[in-house]
Amino acid sequence: MTFDDFVSQFWPSTINGVVLGSIYALVALGYTLVYGVLRLINFANSEVFMLSAFGSFLAVEILGLNDGGDPLRTGGALVGVFAVCLIVSVVIGGASAVIVERVAYRPLRKRNAPRLVFLISAIGASFAISEAVGEWGFPFIENQQRKEYGLTKFFKREQLFQLFGADVYDSNIIVIAGAALMAVILVLFVGKSRVGRGIRAVAQDAETAKLMGVNVDRIILITFLVGGVMAGGAAFLYELHTPYARYDVGFSIGVKAFTAAVLGGIGNVKGALLGGVLLGLIEVWGSSLFGADQNIGTVAAFLTLVLVLMFRPSGLLGESLGRSKA
Amino acid sequence: MSDLSTNTAPPTAAAKSVFGSRISAAAEARRNLSANWQAQPRSARYGATVLLLAFIYAFPSLPLGPIPTESDFTSLLAVTIVPYVLVALGLNVVVGMAGLLDLGYVGFYAVGAYAIAILTSQHATIPWLLSIPLSVLISMLAGVLLGAPTLRLRGDYLAIVTLGFGEIIRLLAKSSDWLGAASGIGNIKSPPNLGPIKFSGTIQERNIAFYYLAVTFVVVVYFFLKRLENSRVGRSWTAIREDEDAAELMGVPTFKFKLWAFAIGAGVGGLAGTLYASNVRFINPDNFQLKLSILFLAAVVLGGPGNMAGVVLGAIAVSYIPERLRFLNTTRYFYFGVALMIMMIFRPQGLLPRKLRARRRSPDADPPPFIDVSEGDPDLEGGTRGPAIA
Repeated sequence: MTFDDFVSQFWPSTINGVVLGSIYALVALGYTLVYGVLRLINFANSEVFMLSAFGSFLAVEILGLNDGGDPLRTGGALVGVFAVCLIVSVVIGGASAVIVERVAYRPLRKRNAPRLVFLISAIGASFAISEAVGEWGFPFIENQQRKEYGLTKFFKREQLFQLFGADVYDSNIIVIAGAALMAVILVLFVGKSRVGRGIRAVAQDAETAKLMGVNVDRIILITFLVGGVMAGGAAFLYELHTPYARYDVGFSIGVKAFTAAVLGGIGNVKGALLGGVLLGLIEVWGSSLFGADQNIGTVAAFLTLVLVLMFRPSGLLGESLGRSKA
Repeated sequence: MSDLSTNTAPPTAAAKSVFGSRISAAAEARRNLSANWQAQPRSARYGATVLLLAFIYAFPSLPLGPIPTESDFTSLLAVTIVPYVLVALGLNVVVGMAGLLDLGYVGFYAVGAYAIAILTSQHATIPWLLSIPLSVLISMLAGVLLGAPTLRLRGDYLAIVTLGFGEIIRLLAKSSDWLGAASGIGNIKSPPNLGPIKFSGTIQERNIAFYYLAVTFVVVVYFFLKRLENSRVGRSWTAIREDEDAAELMGVPTFKFKLWAFAIGAGVGGLAGTLYASNVRFINPDNFQLKLSILFLAAVVLGGPGNMAGVVLGAIAVSYIPERLRFLNTTRYFYFGVALMIMMIFRPQGLLPRKLRARRRSPDADPPPFIDVSEGDPDLEGGTRGPAIA
């Protein structure tokens, strides 16, 4: 037992957990939104994340920052670089999510296919996307095939201050603040805007929404778009935190994010946010409590999920995107 | 091919007029075949079964033309294709018959493999023949242990919990020294020789021996599950799959039968795991990736969940196609993913769908169902429980 380690590492692991959890939370939003509207596990969301993660690489390539030079840029230059990375990631995320919807889901919806079929089709799409990147690489980026791509020359993180003896890096702050900002925007979007009302209406009762003049197909497309944008933002933040990417990076993040969505109550936006942060914390705490093994953290996360579901069978905050306010 | 005989009647005139020409001719022919099969005298049916079995056992030695792949085909059959069939039959009990979505089926496969590894190599050296039933029992126990706390969950919650279970098994095996940690367990016992069937002979002899063993397992399990399907248990599973609340109201002890489905499914998965372990004789946690679960599920859904013959076909497709595509080298999984998508889009009901008539499709479903009228899963279908988005 390494309880002492847990105590001495409590604050560093807490910060780490929140950072990881913020990323999970954003990706979880993609799962939860689509689930709320279509009652469908969008398995391909993980690959949307993976593609977006390469967005930062693409941006760095476009800006020509990859050939040597000083990795540490400050002030306005850094903000500009980040902005370009974020925009590229978000555009890739949104576009790929929409394409996945068009190619893998819409033909099935037109045929009223059984739900399991969507799952398999999504899995097929997910296989195809990740294998394509593993094999042929990402456009405009030097193909490293199945190896890890590094983004080391892009940004060097710096320690800002200490919190209860834990080092806090600027990247941590950016990730947490960025995720919080995106989450707030999303909650407002779903809760207040006209389109958000459409999303909630379709989630509640698609048939009736249609009768009330909601363009269901368009809402579904927008839902995928929003989910993809969130995955894109998450992927950008992920690259700040861990400047590496690989063709299979989406899979593990995707599974965790989906778990987070279920933990909070799938279909529930706030539940996904809560579940994401909780899952990140449990994972990091678990691995520091039961030995530094990362695997144990994952086991702890899944066991927590089982326990929570035993007592709250529809997640911490309950399901339904439609009935709750957001 | 002896599904519930009442359901094998040809579609009624009303159904025909609603669905018109959209019922594929193949489905019609199959329905007739199935009805005819029931009408044949018992001797003819037995004769046909014996012929089919003879064909299956003789399969590797037949002239196969272009079917065999570049690698050793008998070995492929014995190590991959037939075990896939076995796994798919087991998963079909859970997903197809009882309608419970299990995304972590690889966990039971791993439990079976690890059980035999522990019993014959790592911590004990009991005879192979004894280790098989013990391993199956351990797998069934794992099924009950997972099922008891989680089977009250519905639909997708169950899916994610089972997915977590699959990961937990793998990660525990990876971190536990007792289970050989990341380096795995070697020296797993092979079955004893049985006359001319030599498990310890040359590679060729060994492959053919394992092929016979695997096929025997499949035949026994198929027969067992077929009987089960047509029994009280099978009917309860159908009732649960179609509408759990209604089943409960009609007096079906749903929890008990769901647990049985989990245990039996886990047992078959475990059996496949023992087969795998005693063939390759060395296992490590990386043999049991989550991706495998997904491939197993793909086999069931592709074949047609709930129909055992379809599931067998699906398993063969999922295990054979990537091998067939081996000339594409590492790109083959890309094409496999694309193929999976295309097959789902063009044949969403599976290659050989289950032949239960839909009774509850809302008449105003929009657009009219393109697919065969055979689907009716409350949990697995988009149109009935969730919002019907068309």
